[in-house]
Amino acid sequence: MCDTCGCGDRGIVPVDVHERILAGNDRAAAHNRQHFRASGVVAVNLMGSPGAGKTAVLEATARRLAGGRRLGALAGDLATDHDAARLRASGIEAASITTGSACHLDADMVHHGLHHVSWRELDYLFIENVGNLVCPAIYDLGQEANVVALAVTEGEDKPLKYPVMFRKADLVLLTKIDLLPHLPGVRLRTIVEALGRVMPQPEHIPFSAVTGDGVDRWLAWLERVELFGRLGTAAGAPVR
Amino acid sequence: MNANDPNDPNAPNDPNDDMHEYSIVQALMERVAAEARARRAVAVHRLSIQVGELAGVDVGLLATAYETFRERTICARAALDVQTIPARWECPGCLRAIARGERLRCPVCALPARLAAGDEFVLDRIEMEVP
Repeated sequence: MCDTCGCGDRGIVPVDVHERILAGNDRAAAHNRQHFRASGVVAVNLMGSPGAGKTAVLEATARRLAGGRRLGALAGDLATDHDAARLRASGIEAASITTGSACHLDADMVHHGLHHVSWRELDYLFIENVGNLVCPAIYDLGQEANVVALAVTEGEDKPLKYPVMFRKADLVLLTKIDLLPHLPGVRLRTIVEALGRVMPQPEHIPFSAVTGDGVDRWLAWLERVELFGRLGTAAGAPVR
Repeated sequence: MNANDPNDPNAPNDPNDDMHEYSIVQALMERVAAEARARRAVAVHRLSIQVGELAGVDVGLLATAYETFRERTICARAALDVQTIPARWECPGCLRAIARGERLRCPVCALPARLAAGDEFVLDRIEMEVP
């Protein structure tokens, strides 16, 4: 409506929205986070390339914490139940979130996935994201912390190539370090150096699911997140 | 452009879904449609969005996804204005700028750098035609 004279002509009106385009996902993530914190569940969003060793990290975690802590997992998988089946075999209560062709998990998918695990009883809920270093980074799921598995076999320059993913990481697990002797072109120091250029507070643990290297430090890190997360500190800062 | 069927945004197993820009455009369209409904708009003429360098969104792919999805929606003839915002890191203590590619820690204060700009992903403004 033309406001000046009331003539009834159609008008072009600008509407200022100024809202994050993923605000809907942010709200769903905040809802998940509230549930996790209220139930004392530490939710960890585990990301990384396909084949970076995400499932192997969780299997190694389960071997060490068996009988102690209660572990659960939601495994994002394009089409199969393979990862969740591996996790169940290692003693983790796990369900698949089959994403079809989607390249990432979002907060709603996680919320629906929760209906398939008794998540309230858990100490740690691992959300194993779809193998991808790009898309998962921008979706907050309601996690307490973001962990990226980066295999040393992926080369030295992955952090610099995928700065968005690594900026969001609270911890990088440098996996498959047992293979370093076979990788003459890969120096751990160079990878760590690169992390410092994309992560303001770079934290990493060299890790091998085969030899068990780094597992103690990883478990200690989880305990720290559990403690600080429950105290409501910055450890749970959401991805934005 | 969607290689399979540009007219069907719900086509199953579309290989182009393998990038999150498609999910993002869906979220954007839903938001715009809601605003348009609330104001009984008959058409949308322009969308203005901000995309930061570190938002994790590829502007080229976003434009392609937008072209694919806008057909037969209220945005069918709406231009998409994208303002890109470069990443800017600074020291939270002394506000010194941290140069691109440098270690993200203040060389003077030793504090971790903070991202002052570049992670925006915002729907800024919709220009719509109302009766």
